[in-house]
Amino acid sequence: MEKTILSIRNISKIFGQTQALCDISIDVSKGEFLTLLGPSGCGKTTLLRIIAGLETPDEGSIFLDGKDVTGWEPNKRNVNTVFQSYALFPHMNVFQNIAYGLKLKKVPKLQIEKRVEEMLALVQLPGYGQRMPSQLSGGQRQRIAIARAIINDPEVLLLDEPLGALDLQLRRQMQTELKRLQKHLGITFIYITHDQEEALNMSDRIGIMNEGKLIQLGTPDEIYEHPQTRFAAQFIGQTNIFDAVVTGQEEDGRLVLSFAGGIIKAQGSGQTGEKVTLSVRTERIRFGEENKYGFTLSGRVKSHSYTGGLLRTILLLSDGQELTVTGMGGGYSRAPIGTQVQIHWNPGCAVIVERGGAG
Amino acid sequence: MKKQKLPSTHVSCQGACAARLPFILWTMVFVAIPLLYILCMSFMKKAATWGILAEFSLDSYQKLFDPVYVKVFGQSMWLAFLTTVFTLLIGYPFAYFTSKLPPKWRSLVLLLIIVPFWTNSLVRIYGWMILLRSQGVINSLLIMLGIIDSPLKLLYNFGAVLVGMVYALIPFMILSVYNSIAKLDPALVEASRDLGASRWRAFWTVTVPMTRAGIMAGCVLVFIPSVGLFFVSDLLGGAKTMLLGNLIKNELLTARNWPMGAALSIVMMTMTMIVIGIYKKVSGEKSLEGIV
Amino acid sequence: MKKRSRFAEVYITLVLLLMYLPIIVVIVYSFNDTKMFHWAGFTLDWYSKLLNNMSIRTAFLNSLQLAALSSLSAAVLGTLGAVGLTGRYFKARGILENVSLIPIMIPEIILGMAYLAFFSFLRLPFGMLTMLLAHTTFCIPYIYINVKARLTDLDPSIAEAARDLGAGYVRVFFDITLPLIFPSILSGTLLAFAMSMDDVVISFFTTGAQTSTLPLQVYSMLKMGVTPEINALCTVMLGAVFFIVAIARLVRARKKTRPLL
Repeated sequence: MEKTILSIRNISKIFGQTQALCDISIDVSKGEFLTLLGPSGCGKTTLLRIIAGLETPDEGSIFLDGKDVTGWEPNKRNVNTVFQSYALFPHMNVFQNIAYGLKLKKVPKLQIEKRVEEMLALVQLPGYGQRMPSQLSGGQRQRIAIARAIINDPEVLLLDEPLGALDLQLRRQMQTELKRLQKHLGITFIYITHDQEEALNMSDRIGIMNEGKLIQLGTPDEIYEHPQTRFAAQFIGQTNIFDAVVTGQEEDGRLVLSFAGGIIKAQGSGQTGEKVTLSVRTERIRFGEENKYGFTLSGRVKSHSYTGGLLRTILLLSDGQELTVTGMGGGYSRAPIGTQVQIHWNPGCAVIVERGGAG
Repeated sequence: MKKQKLPSTHVSCQGACAARLPFILWTMVFVAIPLLYILCMSFMKKAATWGILAEFSLDSYQKLFDPVYVKVFGQSMWLAFLTTVFTLLIGYPFAYFTSKLPPKWRSLVLLLIIVPFWTNSLVRIYGWMILLRSQGVINSLLIMLGIIDSPLKLLYNFGAVLVGMVYALIPFMILSVYNSIAKLDPALVEASRDLGASRWRAFWTVTVPMTRAGIMAGCVLVFIPSVGLFFVSDLLGGAKTMLLGNLIKNELLTARNWPMGAALSIVMMTMTMIVIGIYKKVSGEKSLEGIV
Repeated sequence: MKKRSRFAEVYITLVLLLMYLPIIVVIVYSFNDTKMFHWAGFTLDWYSKLLNNMSIRTAFLNSLQLAALSSLSAAVLGTLGAVGLTGRYFKARGILENVSLIPIMIPEIILGMAYLAFFSFLRLPFGMLTMLLAHTTFCIPYIYINVKARLTDLDPSIAEAARDLGAGYVRVFFDITLPLIFPSILSGTLLAFAMSMDDVVISFFTTGAQTSTLPLQVYSMLKMGVTPEINALCTVMLGAVFFIVAIARLVRARKKTRPLL
């Protein structure tokens, strides 16, 4: 584990009547790619602005490289931001934009020129120095905004939905490029997005936020496979959420539960008779009779929806609840609507996201 | 107090205070205090020869009900009303047609409307004097054509003042109506046509109501100055057409009754505020600045 | 459809013609070789008379000086006010804004009257100084409104980006804010300059016996009786205005700022 570069301690912020941030604590290590993921209005941008110094927290402190920088002005912090709107200075050309930070640091002119050239090469826009921002495309502006921020060698680079305004194809391409850049420079990235795919693809760790709270912090794997709350499970990927009652625990630790008139198995622990809420990813559910995990559940096919790569099937269980199952779209023989089918899953894929007392 | 999120980083807190201080001081000293001063003055007495007596009195306000003043007041309002109506009747179609022109022509027409607005209003009023005089262009032309034998009396009457007022103020009306027509989404008119409205009906049920804010703004911008432009009635109306503006000027400079002039100013200002207040209420605009 | 647009064209042309008729008449008469109203041949006499008319020349210089000084002072005050009031939340902003806009909302004559009374109360000598104070006051709103509109349109993260890159507030103002609002300051100042050059009513009440401005001079000449010199003078003034408007349009087209009127 690398050393901690940024430490967010118990940050809270209130805007008027709304609690924008509630007791957030995160430690970020050097060179890490941390993504803050959440729906709009969840407080992720406010947290970023507090780290940058553009907003002051009501409570808590920010430590940067061991120093408490909580009350510091943004221009005194060695942190730079890539803004959602890029915020390129419209009256300066690309060169002047990128050079601005170094000019403020009174770096010699020759050195500035050399560094700007390097940066332009790094973001793959060599020779663009004399263009004005208005003459650039969205993707190019994005690269210039990044170059302008990283030329200052920040300890942490903050990126506020930097790819939000780009179209899907360009976004995919920029994701790869950003990741490459981050690896190459070894700078700590704190990255904001509401796009789960982007978060899973790029991050070392993801922090899921909702209504000003940090819901879960973990690696993309942990977040996806072991969501700790209903919100985390629902926000990323597609999942089935349902209630079941614990009936016993097996020797290997599997939990046995009763659900929809049958028996299912899940991971975790619980008291017999306790009602729990489970999450099972739609693509983890398998069709078939084979009794590999010691249980099967039966349901009637209600409908299919075909989305090219994937086929989504909705099953009606005996007690009227619905379950969604996704499978490969092509070559997959779909069961006719109305037929009775059997399903099962690996108990390790059914995760408890909520405990609800005695059933 | 509701805490608002505002763009805050253009200047620091202290910087903002330092920046607005001269502005605030200037506004206080040269706008608020002089206006409060004439408010006080309107409740004072005229000194026997020159100046004012610092004694509370309602004389000036009582005198406002003197038939002479009531008549001027009525005439001034009537003129302002007619001016507003005529500028609207002429200006609205003009702005509407202009908005339908191809872009190149449209900007040319707008420029041609703006230029007189920038030119000296006296110059333009003077042009009308030449046109309307008894040996002026229009009379000469009519006599030459044999339509009339002796010159018509076109200048120095109420009509001439009205022409001058409409002429001086119509750019305000055209520009504010045009601004709101230009903002109108053409899809709205198309939608109403699509739903079966005739062209004429679509105009009355969609275009006109949607541009009400512009119409209101134009009316305010025409009505308010038309009460006070004393030089228009001085030059085109001779001594015959007295407006509120002329009255104030005469009280100040001829009769030297400053409290009376102050009282008239206060009345005029109250009217202005009422007109602006109605405008804000009806149009839902927070301030007039959008139209200035 | 065809017929309709033809009617629109005729209407527009007719109104424009009426609008320019008095202006054209003035220009034509300025070249007329007689004091009477018939056409007596082309002459430039009135222009040479105009050049030799000392009182007009003085009035013109006064006007120029007055308009330049008052629009520039207003530019400074109005810009500072807009920046200081628009930036951060300030409790009394609404009321202050309304009061500061009064000078261009109410009929000019009220402001003229108020200044006449107020300046005599202060025992200020009527003349250039009093006119300068009055003109600056009614020039400020034109700049304030323009600059405020531009500031509100600016993406706040542009200034934040500069802060983030290491600029203090003062640097942000001079590096970022000022260059970005400059076109709006310029167009506001030009408008204020034109308004000051054109003003009759407020100058009428705030001037002294010794000082005259061009519009005041024209006004008194018009009231005294007609000499064709006025035609020549008016033509020159029109030319100047066309020139200023052309420059303003050029600046605006280059910078693509919000059009003012």
